[in-house]
Amino acid sequence: MVTTANSSTEEPAVTAQDASAQDSPNPSEQGPEISLERVVKAYRTGSDTVRAVGGVDLEIARGEFFSLLGPSGCGKTTTMRMIAGFEEPTEGVVRLSGRDVTGVPANRRDVNMVFQSYALFPHMTVEANVAFGLERKRVPKAEIRRRVGEMLELVELGHRAKHRPAQLSGGQQQRVALARALVNEPGALLLDEPLGALDLKLRQSMQVELKRIQREVGITFVYVTHDQGEALTMSDRVAVMNNGLVEQLGTPAEIYERPATRFVADFIGTSNLLTGTIGAADAAGHHRVELGHDLTALVAELPKGLSAGDRAHLTVRPEKVRIGLERPGGDLSILPGTVAETVYMGSATHYQVSLANGAEVTVYQQNSSDSTLVAGRGEAVWLSWAPRHSYALPV
Amino acid sequence: MSVRLGTEPPSAPPPPPARLGGTGRTRGPRRRIDWGRYYTWLVLAWLFTPIVFMVAFSFNDPAGKHNITWQGFTFKWYANAFAHPTLNEAMFNSVSIALLSMLIAGALGSLLGLALGRFSFRGKQLTNLVMFSAISAPEVVLGAALLSTFLMMNVTTGYWTTVVAHVMFCVSFVAITVRARVITLDPALEEAARDLGAGPFTTFRLVTLPMLFPAIMAGGLLAFALSIDDYIITTFVSGDVTTFPLWVWGATRVGIPPQVNVMGTLLFGVGLIMAVVNVVMANRRR
Repeated sequence: MVTTANSSTEEPAVTAQDASAQDSPNPSEQGPEISLERVVKAYRTGSDTVRAVGGVDLEIARGEFFSLLGPSGCGKTTTMRMIAGFEEPTEGVVRLSGRDVTGVPANRRDVNMVFQSYALFPHMTVEANVAFGLERKRVPKAEIRRRVGEMLELVELGHRAKHRPAQLSGGQQQRVALARALVNEPGALLLDEPLGALDLKLRQSMQVELKRIQREVGITFVYVTHDQGEALTMSDRVAVMNNGLVEQLGTPAEIYERPATRFVADFIGTSNLLTGTIGAADAAGHHRVELGHDLTALVAELPKGLSAGDRAHLTVRPEKVRIGLERPGGDLSILPGTVAETVYMGSATHYQVSLANGAEVTVYQQNSSDSTLVAGRGEAVWLSWAPRHSYALPV
Repeated sequence: MSVRLGTEPPSAPPPPPARLGGTGRTRGPRRRIDWGRYYTWLVLAWLFTPIVFMVAFSFNDPAGKHNITWQGFTFKWYANAFAHPTLNEAMFNSVSIALLSMLIAGALGSLLGLALGRFSFRGKQLTNLVMFSAISAPEVVLGAALLSTFLMMNVTTGYWTTVVAHVMFCVSFVAITVRARVITLDPALEEAARDLGAGPFTTFRLVTLPMLFPAIMAGGLLAFALSIDDYIITTFVSGDVTTFPLWVWGATRVGIPPQVNVMGTLLFGVGLIMAVVNVVMANRRR
């Protein structure tokens, strides 16, 4: 009897939902899901005004996994809270699906958030927590029950529906928070350092899990984190923020391989930073960078605003640098140096190599089967890398 | 030293670890006296002795007017517990004033506690100061001040002035209890409710209020307890109205009837039941 009652009430609910699902994407199919236009958030502290966010332009596409990455205090959380509606921008416009939502309170915005502290309602069961948003929208009871059940299955917590949040582990609470937000089928899901409180192992498995869930539901994810590894592994695009501004916006590979500023080069992974003067282009189009003490390196191209004669930083990732006892040939940056430190890491060996001009270069070398420990401390070595692996940045 | 109660036997501490090297003295496990345990029982005995006497003397069959020496066991005071109409009236006044104080001070104090815990506003520090001074001021001073206030305002003292006075000194206790809870609430909980589509009022009803409910209950019960046995302030502001404590005090000169012990025992019983219910509910919630 119960089953027949269920199925009969369920059917119209499904069609209603399908109809609304067909309706909603149409008016704004082409535009970005979220866009920020010159958004500023300033706080007054006494007589000073502090700009937590100092003019951010972002367009986040539908279905994208987008990360806001930066150190604490860089404005990433404030930016997210302005999208959620918990903070109002001092200047600028926030649009969701093309609609200007500046001044619209959080409860009337089609985005949902996963809080760093999870913020599960402790006096409600897991089920009631997940149903909270649908109940506010006055979704029919039978449909709520079905969607909550499906969502708890998606996060693999169907068996915990009647428990209270305090009875769950940190990872399970995290998944409840995710289910509670996703069940509303929001235009975008905002995640504020959601894995911060989990231990390393759980964090890694949740990264994979989050990515899987995002693929399955196809909802735009905006992910705030200070963990570069997390941002690089999960995101379609990353905005690296510092001091309230976006330093660089791009795919993880672009951010890692071609850092646009010194801050990004420092913040993402490890970078070697050498300082020198840009010389003229050679026949292959590579610019020489004079590092002093007769050391020269090559860069494949110069960014806008830099030309021959300017002082510049030159960056190269440690894993791009080859280390050898013999001077290699070819169209490479080739620098002699002395091994200052060797650290055997198991799968790789890390070297610190001192150059004649006083700079130190870090080199990672994979310990693949045919490579052996090349050099010990104090040994003279040659470093080399292809010109396309190093970039000039303004000083 | 830890305070342990009941469950474990006092003897047999775990055997000391065997010494390596064998030069240590070999003695049997030393008996340690668990002073914390005795101290706990001592404190409990000290707290409960007067209550035990009150309950016991509600079953006493005194010879004269004074119910102070044990004469014999009887149920007759329970059979005619309500034999003194003026005592009944005093008891009714006390309970109704305590209930009113609980409701009014509970509502006002909760809102006060919420405001003090959540928002910063002009006059917040002053409000804190007034609250704490209301708690720390001697009751005689408060009572006298209230009486002169009522006289100056030409208000006839009686039932309602007593309610006003009780609400006044209870409200701070409720506010402090609720404020302590508000401060520990994660503000993200309310944001989460907003984020999920709840407006400000719904958020308060479904999230904030249930989270504060234990503190509001605790504050309300505290107000009830403070009000029902208040003597000093009540003497100043009650006018012709007599409450239970006032009646008992008045009766001391002519001899307190055993019905007072009966009512005291019943009141204590109600309090005990509420405490037990509270513990059981808290356990079930966990």
